[in-house]
Amino acid sequence: MPRIIMGIESSCDETGVGLVRLHDDNTVELLADEVASSVDQHARFGGVVPEVASRAHLEAMVPTVERAFGKAGLKLSDVDAIAVTAGPGLAGALLVGVAAAKAYAAALDIPLYGVNHLAGHIAVDTLQHGPLPNRCLALLVSGGHTQLLLVDDIASEITELGSTVDDAAGEAYDKVARVLGLPYPGGPPIDKAAKNGDGAAIAFPRGMTGPRDAKFDFSFSGLKTAVARWVEGAERRGEDIPVDDVAASFQEAVADVLTMKAVRAAKEHGVDTLVISGGVAANSRLSELAAERCAEAGITLRVPRPRLCTDNGAMIAALGAHVVAAGRPQASLDFSANPALPVQIISI
Amino acid sequence: MLVLAIDTSTPAVTAGLVALDGDALESRGDRVTVDPRAHGELITPHALEAVKAAGVTLRDLDAIVCGVGPGPFTGLRAGMATAASLAHALGIPAHPVCSLDAIAADVAPGEAPFLVLTDARRREVYWAAYAADGSRTDGPHVQRPADLETTIKVAAGDGALLYADALGVQPIEPRFPSPIGLVKAARKDLGSEPAPLTPLYLRRPDAVEPAARKKVTTP
Ligand SMILES: [Zn+2]
Repeated sequence: MPRIIMGIESSCDETGVGLVRLHDDNTVELLADEVASSVDQHARFGGVVPEVASRAHLEAMVPTVERAFGKAGLKLSDVDAIAVTAGPGLAGALLVGVAAAKAYAAALDIPLYGVNHLAGHIAVDTLQHGPLPNRCLALLVSGGHTQLLLVDDIASEITELGSTVDDAAGEAYDKVARVLGLPYPGGPPIDKAAKNGDGAAIAFPRGMTGPRDAKFDFSFSGLKTAVARWVEGAERRGEDIPVDDVAASFQEAVADVLTMKAVRAAKEHGVDTLVISGGVAANSRLSELAAERCAEAGITLRVPRPRLCTDNGAMIAALGAHVVAAGRPQASLDFSANPALPVQIISI
Repeated sequence: MLVLAIDTSTPAVTAGLVALDGDALESRGDRVTVDPRAHGELITPHALEAVKAAGVTLRDLDAIVCGVGPGPFTGLRAGMATAASLAHALGIPAHPVCSLDAIAADVAPGEAPFLVLTDARRREVYWAAYAADGSRTDGPHVQRPADLETTIKVAAGDGALLYADALGVQPIEPRFPSPIGLVKAARKDLGSEPAPLTPLYLRRPDAVEPAARKKVTTP
């Protein structure tokens, strides 16, 4: 069975290359995790520009692979299998990683696996906290995704319980940051400002929490508009904007809905473990409130360290290792990336 | 010397094996599919099939030559990411070559200067001008056919066929870069340190900086 697995990620604005070792007991060990980010090139546009991201992926791909092997102290010929993000993500960005992965697999004459980016966000937690329990719940929150997933088997069975009906949680952070005059991406500066603010200062709405709303879906568009409305009202009255309080109250509304729905889903499905991953998982209020509510409900909370939560190649290598361990079939070299790959399709 | 040539700058997904012996170039087989949406799927399988048909493996290659455009970006990157990764994994050089030069290298020797035009989409062409001996004298550029200022009336490349009437040019062969053309155009560089494999985009990414934020409330 393949032992050293290289993971390649290029679905958005991070070019990631990870190396892991799959042990006999099916535990997975992280050997290298190198990322080249184009986030700075997108900042002035206030969001990821697909063509800019794709250009950066092409430029960064081989150097990032080289760095990963350097860090791990391995040679390319030591790799036994390659996993690459097949989707979901930006079409042109995915294509660069998939083309590179196919070429490496062909040149090294080793199997290739096209895997699901969303499942990778969950699989990455096994690098830090060991194997997942037989059944667990995963909350994925980032600039691109907000999803509640039931994970029966990380290599073969994931069911979506709910997702955002409009903006991703991270997108709401970016938009609110803009309203408050904070830089892009909005997550870190809002989190920082919120630490000095009062989360109960302003009662912002909790989207999709009415009795007739879908139980496990999310909506952040109304919240974002409510924040803009509030700030504009204060501006009109000539008041100073209490940026810290607005940030804290916005962040409280996001964390409240996310954790409330996650805990409710865990209870309803009889699951005792919750994994929170994705870029927004690094948010301090989200992890604090999740820890509080999981403890109350007797749920074990697993949050990978921030470096593993954001997009990277280690998550794809980790998922690749689980897919290999489960004996799933390898991909044919003529497969195409799927920008809308559904989460149920863990490997193609 | 065994060279794998790759180009995805046009609707053709092209991979082929070329043997070089002194000045002699010999095609050892190629795989070409004309499908503007299949570059990402087919370029590696085509490269594998081309080497297999020649009875060798990727490990027998001495160098890669890759068309770096100009060409529509997404497809172009499929070939370039493939060439760069193959070269890295095999420990061999990957030499860049202007894809229009590769088409020019296949134009039959004539008496007169000629153009190479390829489809840049959005009703534009990528183009360059060449002297009768095949050396590039102008370009590469990206322009609307109507804005082209040239007196040359003979043009190769699929853009020449598309805009023959608009430009008043006589189309000549070939339409797409061939493995032999790619290697011919890169021949002077083979054996020396390869230049960086950088795409000839010619266009900036479509992206506009956001204007001032629109208010959600009306005062
Ligand atoms: Zn992600």
